[in-house]
Amino acid sequence: MNRREFAKMMGVSAVALSGIPLGITRVAGQTKGGTLNTIIQPEPPILVTALNQQQPTLTLGGKIYESLLRYSPDLKPLPGLAQSWEVGADGLTYTFKLFPNVTFHDGKPLTSADVAFSMTKMLPETHARARAIYSRIESAETPDPLTVIFKLKAPFAPFLTALDCTTGPIVPKHIYDGSDYRKNPANAQAIGSGPFKLKEWVKGSHVHLVRHEGYYRKDEPYLDEVIYRIIPDAASRSVALEQGKINLTQWNDIEFYDVARLSKLPNYEMTTKGYEYFAPHQWLELNNRVKPMDDKRFRQAIAHALDLKSMAARVYFGLPKIATGPVSSKTRFYEKDVKRYDYSLEKAKALLDEMGLKPGADGKRVTLKYLIPPYGEVYQRAGEFIRQSLGRAGIDIQLENTDVGGWADKFSNWDYEITGNLVYQFGDPALGVSRTYISSNIKKGILFSNTAGYSNPEVDRLFDEAASTIDEAKRQELYSKVQKILVEDVPVVWMFEAAYPTFIDKRLKNVISTGVGIHESFSSVYFG
Amino acid sequence: MSSTTINKGGRAGAVALALAGWVVKFVVVVLVIATFNFILVHAAPGDPAQVIAGQSGASDEKLLEQLRAEYGLDKPYPVQLANYLGRVLTLDLGYSYRQQRTVSSLIMERLPATLLLTATAFILALISGIFLGTLAGIRAGKWSDTLLTIVSLLLYATPVFWLGLMLVLLFAVELNWLPAFGYATIGVQLSAFERMLDIGKHMILPVTSLAAIYLAIYTRLMRSSVLDVTHQDFIKTAKAKGLKQGAIIMHHILRNAMLPIVTVAGMQAGALVGGAVVIETVFAWPGLGRLIYDALLQRDYPVLLGVFLVMSVIVIALNLLTDAIYRMIDPRVSVRAAS
Repeated sequence: MNRREFAKMMGVSAVALSGIPLGITRVAGQTKGGTLNTIIQPEPPILVTALNQQQPTLTLGGKIYESLLRYSPDLKPLPGLAQSWEVGADGLTYTFKLFPNVTFHDGKPLTSADVAFSMTKMLPETHARARAIYSRIESAETPDPLTVIFKLKAPFAPFLTALDCTTGPIVPKHIYDGSDYRKNPANAQAIGSGPFKLKEWVKGSHVHLVRHEGYYRKDEPYLDEVIYRIIPDAASRSVALEQGKINLTQWNDIEFYDVARLSKLPNYEMTTKGYEYFAPHQWLELNNRVKPMDDKRFRQAIAHALDLKSMAARVYFGLPKIATGPVSSKTRFYEKDVKRYDYSLEKAKALLDEMGLKPGADGKRVTLKYLIPPYGEVYQRAGEFIRQSLGRAGIDIQLENTDVGGWADKFSNWDYEITGNLVYQFGDPALGVSRTYISSNIKKGILFSNTAGYSNPEVDRLFDEAASTIDEAKRQELYSKVQKILVEDVPVVWMFEAAYPTFIDKRLKNVISTGVGIHESFSSVYFG
Repeated sequence: MSSTTINKGGRAGAVALALAGWVVKFVVVVLVIATFNFILVHAAPGDPAQVIAGQSGASDEKLLEQLRAEYGLDKPYPVQLANYLGRVLTLDLGYSYRQQRTVSSLIMERLPATLLLTATAFILALISGIFLGTLAGIRAGKWSDTLLTIVSLLLYATPVFWLGLMLVLLFAVELNWLPAFGYATIGVQLSAFERMLDIGKHMILPVTSLAAIYLAIYTRLMRSSVLDVTHQDFIKTAKAKGLKQGAIIMHHILRNAMLPIVTVAGMQAGALVGGAVVIETVFAWPGLGRLIYDALLQRDYPVLLGVFLVMSVIVIALNLLTDAIYRMIDPRVSVRAAS
């Protein structure tokens, strides 16, 4: 018997032998205790998710603030602060029953009044995404401290899908009501009802969360503390993982090119699950106002000329799935039976020829500028790949660089030809998909609106009808129809359903349990 | 010291006058710098509202309106500039809506970490650079000089982030002797002494990486300066007088060879306050350099302007200090108190 077999027999895992210093005792079952060490980058500006919705704020804020519902990986509603809910037959009335004994971090109880205040007063004022949804609420009634009844102005099917912790964080009314929300001194302490509360935030170094002792879910949270370390350099983050100083990574913590190497580490499991609610969709944004992109054949030609398979393999190291249309296959109402744009230079060239775009003496048919999204190295590489790939079809791409401010300014003011974009879907086409394609959302100066300038009355009508239809089967029919039209028209060239590598310490259990993944409250995460 | 022939009372008056003139000059320079910063910072396309919207994944007119109002961007530029200069005059550095904190508190929080890192590296590099440079200079042509020259050239040519990463790979990943990043161990209770040791341990790698490049500069500068001085007549005189080698080096060569070093060091001291963005990033060091960098990317104008202003004031102060040191070492350099 060699040492490994002996260890196995004794029930000692390889992990325990490697002796990563974490200061926790390992006991079987859902043990209490332990510190979860993870990364946050870039550093969030503030932790109050009602006031700021940048990615790091939401990742961290999910531990501090809770909302009415949670969602399973296939986006079915689960109890959050609400233990049960009912939807009226008219599709207008939503009744939620809260769990009893929920308290905020300052010890005050969380009641239906806090829910009504958050969703009808504060969030519509401070949270752009929540504003678009909750401003549809006509009235909020609170017959007792544990019941809240929302009446909508008109039926809005995705209402039950828009109550996650990033959209509908419940804030304490007694602290915010009547104050200047953004200047409230309590913002520094970030008082929510989540399983963890802020103990210390050393700017530039780390955010230290500790257990909220008065948490309403029995025995939860299991962990004592969660420490988010701010590590700005990608190489240093990989080192932290390799050294076992970190139990969990998320979003872009680990660069794509490091994934294959780090996946070999014995102590971690790598998954791309847990982003189903956001289902980020990545596409080439084409300014439909600029010639020749105003011609559908040209946009189709680009779709044919992009070698997405090798781009996924070479730029994103095999992680993302190729997108087939505007709706992510990870969310509801996805239609897979649509026109396909397989990689084919012949088809691309044929379309361009048909348009009369003949190659010049240098082989170039047309020259367009690609504004590289300023969100990191991988976008740069993607830009270079796109230039190479389209160049083969005679579409000459010139790369343009800028910073976030410059990009947002040019992009939102339609001062671009082609750029890249990554848009979240938020579990329902009415929340995260339609905004890109409907004419009423062509708004100069606003990001994540219909920046491409695509306009089609039939598409407008279908999206509109689907959002206000309650019958799921009918909705599916409408969304299938609109997806077919959009894929034929290619207002933007969908590339990938973006994927992010999440490395999880193998001793850590229950990390990815819902459709919001690492944004979840972590109340049921434990070291096993 | 002074070449003036005014009587004592007049002299005090002259000094007061000079001081007053100096203060006026200082205020004017600071205001000019502040205006310049303001114009530069606002010249870039895009604004904080757009950046925040771009990172939030959703945006609408109301959000942009609210954010612009918060940042005071809804007012015309001249009004914004006047407001800003008015605040500068009352020593108010402004408020970062992004971070929900006053700019001065943000700077004060980061300054110690940056000073600890950069000042340690600076002093280390200065002292060892002077020592090694002198050594190389007086042994010019010998093998030890050749070795020092090669090493300093190599260090000078090495990108600082690369050196940092290599040190991390060797001492943190391979050998596991030193922490790879951070300022102190998080989540442990330590006594004051243990905490000092802990921070010291965290400092070794970033300080070494940062000091390396300065060390190379000072060594090379000192070497050529020593060589220069060694060939001058007064050294020959000193030798002819029969002075010992040690005394000649200490009193005659070093004192004169130091002058260019003081000039360069004075200039670099200004850069110390800005922190070392690259080193602070590689080692996750919570310093001012990263604060500036983040503020720049996020268009956090109040923070950006505040840090620039504080840095320029410190640079002016350090220049004065350099002048004073220069005068101490070389009495020929003098500034007339009044004319």
